[in-house]
Amino acid sequence: MIDTPERLTQYAALLGDPAAKNKILVSMGTCGIAAGTTPVLDSLRAALETRGLANSIRLVEVGCMGLCHSEPTIELHNAETGQQVIFGNVTPEQAGAVLDAFSGEIKGLDTISRGWYYPEEEENVNGVPQARIALRNCGRINPEKLEDYIASKGYQALAKAVTKMTPQDVVQEIMASGLRGRGGGGFPTGVKWSFAAREKNDSKYVICNADEGDPGAFMDRAVLEGDPHSVLEAMAIAGYAIGSGNGVIYIRAEYPLAIQRLQIAIEQAKHEGLLGENIFGSGFAFDIELKYGAGAFVCGEETALIHSIEGMRGEPTFKPPFPAVEGLWKKPTIVNNVETFANVAAIIRKGADWFTSLGTEKSPGTKVFALAGKVKKVGLVEVPMGTPLRDIIFGIGQGIREDKEFKAVQTGGPSGGCIRANKLDTPIDYDSLIALGSMMGSGGMIVMDEDDCMVNVARFFLEFTLDESCGKCTPCRVGNKRLFEMLTEITQGKGTPETLDKLRNLGQTIKDTALCGLGQTSPNPVLSTLIQFPEEYEAHIVDKRCPAGVCSRLITYTITDACVGCTLCARNCPVGCISGERKQKHVIDQSKCIRCGVCYDTCKFHAIAKN
Amino acid sequence: MSCAACDSKCVNVIEKFPDKTAALTAYMASLPIGPDRNLNRGLLIQSLHKAQGIFGYLPEEVQRFVAEKLGLHLSEVYGVISFYSFFTTKPLGKYQISVCTGTACFVRGAGKVLDEFKRYLTVEEGETTEDGKFSLGALRCVGACSLAPVVMVNGRVYGNVTAKKVAEILSECN
Repeated sequence: MIDTPERLTQYAALLGDPAAKNKILVSMGTCGIAAGTTPVLDSLRAALETRGLANSIRLVEVGCMGLCHSEPTIELHNAETGQQVIFGNVTPEQAGAVLDAFSGEIKGLDTISRGWYYPEEEENVNGVPQARIALRNCGRINPEKLEDYIASKGYQALAKAVTKMTPQDVVQEIMASGLRGRGGGGFPTGVKWSFAAREKNDSKYVICNADEGDPGAFMDRAVLEGDPHSVLEAMAIAGYAIGSGNGVIYIRAEYPLAIQRLQIAIEQAKHEGLLGENIFGSGFAFDIELKYGAGAFVCGEETALIHSIEGMRGEPTFKPPFPAVEGLWKKPTIVNNVETFANVAAIIRKGADWFTSLGTEKSPGTKVFALAGKVKKVGLVEVPMGTPLRDIIFGIGQGIREDKEFKAVQTGGPSGGCIRANKLDTPIDYDSLIALGSMMGSGGMIVMDEDDCMVNVARFFLEFTLDESCGKCTPCRVGNKRLFEMLTEITQGKGTPETLDKLRNLGQTIKDTALCGLGQTSPNPVLSTLIQFPEEYEAHIVDKRCPAGVCSRLITYTITDACVGCTLCARNCPVGCISGERKQKHVIDQSKCIRCGVCYDTCKFHAIAKN
Repeated sequence: MSCAACDSKCVNVIEKFPDKTAALTAYMASLPIGPDRNLNRGLLIQSLHKAQGIFGYLPEEVQRFVAEKLGLHLSEVYGVISFYSFFTTKPLGKYQISVCTGTACFVRGAGKVLDEFKRYLTVEEGETTEDGKFSLGALRCVGACSLAPVVMVNGRVYGNVTAKKVAEILSECN
């Protein structure tokens, strides 16, 4: 039992400095496993046994390192030399080479620059773009071992909060840190806590929103899979601050590995007395239970989420009353997102001043982004607020795949918008993104190139919203349907200039009148692309042309004189509409062509023209 | 039409699989079910997860079974099932194919992959082939964005899928 702060300190000292051990970190998040980390782990374990190194080099299964572009990734820590190297795209056959690398000989391995990120403990080195607070332990500790978390200063913040601070001090510290909700809204966390703290009620709730639903964002999953104890610790701190003994984590059923690791972590914390009665001998009691989502994006909205926990359809209700006054089971409740919680322990441990030294004045700290799409280095990045988009996309992401031309970056998922090249130098924080017609959202960042059609992208997000609208309020249920139909007309070449006016008017009306955050932000992808890319809409409407060559109704494929008659396209055409003799120019029967583009993709002689 | 009036060959899974029913009964007996139906409702979603895990889907008799145990109306249970996309009232195929249609996969061509699956299996999204072998669905983001577009078949992830690879993936399902 770790029932006093002294015991925690003693235990941490007993575990020693994690940096003083030889180890190999193996990335075992969902994405790492999908990319084939398990056989690499097995092969490394076998190689350690064979060479008799199993006792001198520790093999650590860690969560996501954020280096999605090079999975399976492993990291080497040599305690004697202080050497730390990351290898990417590791195969099971390379296990021997990895162990050789311990003696300094690196051969045949794909080395990734160590400067890609640095953990919280290390000094900010010039030229290193990332700063890790929320992801401080992700990819560095074994998430299934409590001792790993404790050796990395785990639960010290909780010990400090419950034994040395009053609940008011804790609320004050979070307020002073300026931490804002990382789920997208950006509401000041400390203010939210203060609302719940001043309510008089014998039972209150702390809810962790782990219903990550933005398609293309997976930072919450990375935290839960890579560092679950950091969330539990923060929830207990929040409970102490607002006077609540009950924590609930609402997590997507689609995240089985995260659920499993949370269950293990809760069990461990309860066993050691870090959750339960009389935490650190302070008299404060806190317990956490897991509740599962069942696939509804709208449940990311806090009132809908609460209804879902209560076993009802996840429909939002009007605010006020805010959950801080009347939430779960009609009790005062705070709902915070996973990434928000992941910042809390570090703030309590190191102080609000340290936190505000990072980021911008109105948005202190860092933000995790899931950088994906047409960028060279897809990954999970954490940067100080105020970092320009260009540094993320062209610095960390190393630019566009196949060196095509950057067109836009989409932030904020279905609630956000597209930002084009001329705005890439904007330092990003909550307010600057809103000024650009987009929003922070949960941190999805999808990069698009010249081959992406902005009208079609807007239509994609609208389709998502249509799917996910709960149907309770008319503006969202019917309005978005009409927006979607108009966008479909445009992509089919049936749009008129009046369609654009209708889109703007209806979009604004939905923003003004929808019940919850989902509806109020759902027209953003349309409105932002209308402002940022008017020429693309006009090309579809006036010229009946899709400049990016995506909208299939507006393109025709023809075979040019470059055709050598290799017959490849004819053999691959799914509808058999390409004819011609071998070694003769082929022809596409336009009446049968379904414009699937298979011929265009398969032709080796660039003899298919797309217009 | 009530179940009794239906002359189709549908089976009552509660009666047909006593061991499965026993497993669900045991799970529900472990829940803190009390007289307050509002509080019982808080146990509904986890019970449905368990029931779907046991039976594979949630036909009417299973819904009725859960409703009775929790003291809820069948309409309340059905209302919840129909709201959440994770729950299904129809049996799924032996191979559940999910095409990721998250944004990263979308910009890298998930639409074409989904169309190709539809063409091959001659089913629409959310349907199961007549022989009960394949169910086709879309899911939003498995978080393997570096492998986009991604297809998941019974939990196994296929990365960098193109329309051409569709036949190959299907042929592996045997």
